Amino acid sequence: MRRRWMSAVAITMAGLLSLTACGGEAGDQAKPSGEAAKKQVEVFSWWTGPGEADGLKAMREIFEKQNPGLTFFDAAVAGGSGDKAKALLQSKLQADTPPDTFQGHAGAELQGYIKAGDVEPVNFLYDELKLKGVIPDQLIEQITVDGQIYSVPVNIHRSNVMWFNPAVLKEAGVAGPPKSIPEFIAALEKVKAKGKIPLSIGSEWTVTHLMESVLLGSLGTDAYNALFKPGADWSGPAVTKALNELKTILSYAGDPVDDWQPAAKQVADGEAAFNIMGDWAYGYFHNPPDGGLGKVSKQDFDWAPAPGTEGTFLWLSDSFTLPKGAANRDGAVAWLKVAASKEGQDAFNPKKGSIPARKDADTALYTDYLADALKDWGSNKLAGSIQHGVTVNQPWLASITEAVGLFLGTKDVAGLQAALADAAKANAQ
Amino acid sequence: MTRVRRWLPGLLLVTPSIVAIAVFVYGMLGWNFQLAMTDKHDEISEGKFVGLTNFVELWDQPRWHISVNHAIVFTLVFVGGALVLGWLLAFLMEKGIKGEGTFRAIYLFPMAISFVATGIVWRWLMNSGQDERAVGLNRLFDSIGLDFLQWEWFRNQDWGMAAMAIPAIWQMSGYVMALFLAGFRGVPEELREAARVDGCTEWKVYRYVVLPFLRPVTLSALIILGHISLKVFDLIVAVSGKQIITDVPAVFMWVAVFDSHDPAKGATIASYIVLSVAVFVVPYLIWSVRREKH
Repeated sequence: MRRRWMSAVAITMAGLLSLTACGGEAGDQAKPSGEAAKKQVEVFSWWTGPGEADGLKAMREIFEKQNPGLTFFDAAVAGGSGDKAKALLQSKLQADTPPDTFQGHAGAELQGYIKAGDVEPVNFLYDELKLKGVIPDQLIEQITVDGQIYSVPVNIHRSNVMWFNPAVLKEAGVAGPPKSIPEFIAALEKVKAKGKIPLSIGSEWTVTHLMESVLLGSLGTDAYNALFKPGADWSGPAVTKALNELKTILSYAGDPVDDWQPAAKQVADGEAAFNIMGDWAYGYFHNPPDGGLGKVSKQDFDWAPAPGTEGTFLWLSDSFTLPKGAANRDGAVAWLKVAASKEGQDAFNPKKGSIPARKDADTALYTDYLADALKDWGSNKLAGSIQHGVTVNQPWLASITEAVGLFLGTKDVAGLQAALADAAKANAQ
Repeated sequence: MTRVRRWLPGLLLVTPSIVAIAVFVYGMLGWNFQLAMTDKHDEISEGKFVGLTNFVELWDQPRWHISVNHAIVFTLVFVGGALVLGWLLAFLMEKGIKGEGTFRAIYLFPMAISFVATGIVWRWLMNSGQDERAVGLNRLFDSIGLDFLQWEWFRNQDWGMAAMAIPAIWQMSGYVMALFLAGFRGVPEELREAARVDGCTEWKVYRYVVLPFLRPVTLSALIILGHISLKVFDLIVAVSGKQIITDVPAVFMWVAVFDSHDPAKGATIASYIVLSVAVFVVPYLIWSVRREKH
């Protein structure tokens, strides 16, 4: 009964996805039938883009070297932030045919899978591999649910990064990256006076992304983290103030562009001064023109923590899980061990443009922006991202996304706050 | 025995499709309506029968009002635009243009493209950047001195959905043209001649002789476009993604099922979409059944 409604959707989705060039479906047919001796491990992810796919390949090579009896089967589904992948995954889980391991953002995004009993805890791996010493305590605390940990984080991205164009700031007479929200607003005003776009934004989710940095910068780390505990105060004056600041900041935003890349590009091209985006933007700025913009760091673009958030690392992490009832559990465990290892993370992350979740990474591999990020990861306070699934589960995030989308039309702060408070009340646990 | 032999093979031939349609169309529809009347608001709960509560509560959500308004604007502009443009093309074609076959093929080509491909191209054409940041159509307007025509396209808060209908019109008007062209050709030449002999002007020939003949074609076109329009999903997602500014019921449904993980809400929205399409299709079916009886 429980799964019945979903099989309807599953059938439809399977049809749709097989029509729309889906890696998973095409791959199923390519399964090597003759090599029954070599057991395959189906790894489900959304890493298909430049950089991330290379990182996955590097990890796969290590995996196959260490496990000669296993073959890696790449069941990646294209689409940024895993939108389509998650829909397909949902139908696989409902049909009780899970992949051997799947990618998910570490934290509350996994709550739905945990509640439905789709994944099993991996505490035994943390004990066996002694991960508790090498992965920061705060991270482990933030992904633990009732004493259980359900995934192995492979990488860390930072959400609260303010990217800026030094030349545009100089022209506008802004001395350096603003350190607080009032300073930020003053800087935006100065840029506006010069006729440039003060702040570039993309589609609606990039505004939710901006909102989490503004909330963190305005409330401070402890009050921000408290927002996601049971009985949190989303209706109070502190949140009102933060949301009013968001409204002011948005009044300096340029016309929304298609996605985060064109918004980042406006900064790199000197059309806009600031953009608040996660540190995956670094690869886009820095990489040579076939996958990036080929810009020179510190000269064409520069970075600082989002205003008011210095000393806090607003993190998100890609992680792998251990689904219940998968065909090859041992193979999945072997994959998780590689994903958790220093060797695996150091092979993956420099290519993906992220830093390892482990504190004992080889620092020589991480240069320029990544060196900064690695240093801060080791020393900063941690706060979890909203937009990228750390602090809020999927239904909660959907409500927040909806509230922000409606707010962009109405510009009604009270309405936004009421919707956010309702969302928290309905979903916090 | 001979009687059985007469109807049995026919029945056997159609049985598979009757069964398939019964299960996969009407069975699924019934299941969806049943789900919409439960309180299964997450994947785990069993779901108790709650009657029409979900159908009523949906109207309390501001987003639902927005997506319904968007669907109405989109439908009016798309159906109206495609009908007028399709009729006009067919009219010109009927006037005996040279190389008619070539033009017909050109106007029909967009039909062969999926809405996703159309959407990706038009996302670029309808880029909202203006003046020095203009690309696509805005760039065209800017460079030929019609810069006052530049606007935000689908990012316009009030009329964005009208812009969203443009790619759909582009795609479907050729098809409407083909329908109308067949309709025009179906008008007996003698009737037109008779009207002319009776002193009708060319305009009156069209108004009183040709147009009445086109009524069934127009109705079919209206039904086909109307149901495409009310169910539109792929075009919107390809152009703008899942943003509130271009939200329509089908996109809302997707978000309810896969992002909010609320099966009952998704099923409720799906039911409303089916009902709105039924409003178009059912009267047409009744009308055509009656006509066949005559």
